[in-house]
Amino acid sequence: MFPTRRSLLAALTLALALPAHAQSTLLNVSYDVSREFYKDFNTAFAADWKQRTGQSLTLNQSHGGSSKQARSVVDGLEADVITMNQHNDIDLLAQRGGLVPADWAKRLPHNSSPTTSVSVILVRKGNPKNIREWTDLGRAGLQVIIPNPKTSGNGRYTYLAAWGAAVKNGVSHDAAKALVTRIFANVPVLDGGGRGATTTFAQRNLGDALVTFESEAPLIVKEFGDHFEVVYPRRTILAENPVSVVDKVVDRKGTRKPAEAYLQYLYSPAGQELAVKHNLRPRDPKVLARHAKRFPAVETFPVDEVFGSWSQAQKEHFNDGALYDQIIASSKR
Amino acid sequence: MLLSRTLLKRHTVLPGFDLALGLSILYLSLIVLVPLSAAFLKTFTLTWPQFVEAVSTPRVLASYRLTFGASFLAALLNVVFGLIVAWVLVRYRFPGKRLVDALVDLPFALPTAVAGIALTAIWAQNGSLGQYLPFKVSYTPLGVWVALVFIGLPFVVRTVQPVLEDLSRELEEAAATLGASRWQTVRLVVLPILMPALLTGFALAFARALGEYGSVIFIAGNMPMISEITPLLIITKLEQYDYAGATAIAVVMLVASFAMLLTINLLQAWARRRQGGVA
Repeated sequence: MFPTRRSLLAALTLALALPAHAQSTLLNVSYDVSREFYKDFNTAFAADWKQRTGQSLTLNQSHGGSSKQARSVVDGLEADVITMNQHNDIDLLAQRGGLVPADWAKRLPHNSSPTTSVSVILVRKGNPKNIREWTDLGRAGLQVIIPNPKTSGNGRYTYLAAWGAAVKNGVSHDAAKALVTRIFANVPVLDGGGRGATTTFAQRNLGDALVTFESEAPLIVKEFGDHFEVVYPRRTILAENPVSVVDKVVDRKGTRKPAEAYLQYLYSPAGQELAVKHNLRPRDPKVLARHAKRFPAVETFPVDEVFGSWSQAQKEHFNDGALYDQIIASSKR
Repeated sequence: MLLSRTLLKRHTVLPGFDLALGLSILYLSLIVLVPLSAAFLKTFTLTWPQFVEAVSTPRVLASYRLTFGASFLAALLNVVFGLIVAWVLVRYRFPGKRLVDALVDLPFALPTAVAGIALTAIWAQNGSLGQYLPFKVSYTPLGVWVALVFIGLPFVVRTVQPVLEDLSRELEEAAATLGASRWQTVRLVVLPILMPALLTGFALAFARALGEYGSVIFIAGNMPMISEITPLLIITKLEQYDYAGATAIAVVMLVASFAMLLTINLLQAWARRRQGGVA
């Protein structure tokens, strides 16, 4: 029952010897809907890492609303890598506490975003209201389900998609604003997040259209049945999923090597194929070509191209009193 | 109130006073005071005009109206029906009584998000109850109120129940023999005794409703100026990484709720004094 002195000693030696190996855990802090993807990806990467180095890695994952997750890392959650769906959530780590360098996004290819998705419009089967374009969402008498841009990345992307596509189509700033105003006047419910909006549209049967990520559409059909159609507007926004190692954490824990390998693996053909399995658009042109049917070619623009940067878009559009607040106040029903 | 009264009493006959009081204060400080003072400290990073600006925009003011108004009305309804439920549970015997008793606690145990989604589904215009109504419940302030009624019910029932159990039937019988009508008995004998418990239940249900986020967020619809609750605005501030702005609104809510709870406590003490310490 009681530990003998020798076993205690053995335990102590073990404990002292452990640090060399004990650090082989990585924590990936990520956004909400990436849970299933990273579950698969972690298994694949752990096997690959074991094969290459002989070390076994324990990979932990934490998911939640993206800006809440970013705040947790700033407040001390020991993330080795952070994988988000908006650049400004990682910028925060640079601005507060210098957890990553300011130019973190330049360290990996494609703006440090190994995968992307695009904002699409989901309509009822047969497209009874004949919705083809962002401008259609602003038609009088339509109801559009969009999650709250104040609390949801999905909602922010939707807003920027409609605005950006208008600008890209050569429309003036004021006309773009007018369009987005008309669209949000058609929103009967502002759900807190993307999945809540999906429930409202698919289960509650509210609204003629739902705007969401392409990666969510197959899940909706799987969950709620084949009652929907995906509409690709001619131009839409490219939602990049940026990743970074958290420098301060990996340097203290000595996990930089596996953490960097983890992110590199996202760009590998195996990692890209896994992303496809979870409906994310791969960056690798060869992988993309193989699945061209699932990812119709559509003209896309990243946030930076139209709005400067995510931080700028946040400041000009979504902060308190900024354009979104003005729009929603003027479209008060 | 209670604390100051006990503190004034220098010597107590019961042993362990110093230790117990010390532990209580330590515990309360760690669990309640330290986190709350952190919220206050964070707001001090704002200047006074910034603070006023953050807590008094029309949108925030509209959310106070909704949050405090709906919470108050929800607690009020729960006082009425919670009393009836408690009365039925204490005074009558009927098959399935244990089951009903357990049902009362369900709003405590259910994850609030589940409650919110279920209530939204039921009261939506294509929902099992919502379809029979000529007006909308889900996605309106009325929906907010429905959710707050749901989460507040157990508080009133569970505070009134034990007092009712202690209330001896002889009191009512005595009132009857003295010629009181049933209504007079309830009004002049039963209700005054229950008053402190009812007030406690009301205060608990009200306080709980003020801070409720999880269930309300699904049913509210969250339209600015109409159905945004104050906790949602706190969350949107955090989404912008505006910690100070978020805590500023939180502080206003805290101070307002504290003032109201204190008022209710005073009312309670007054009610207890008036009935001459029966309970």
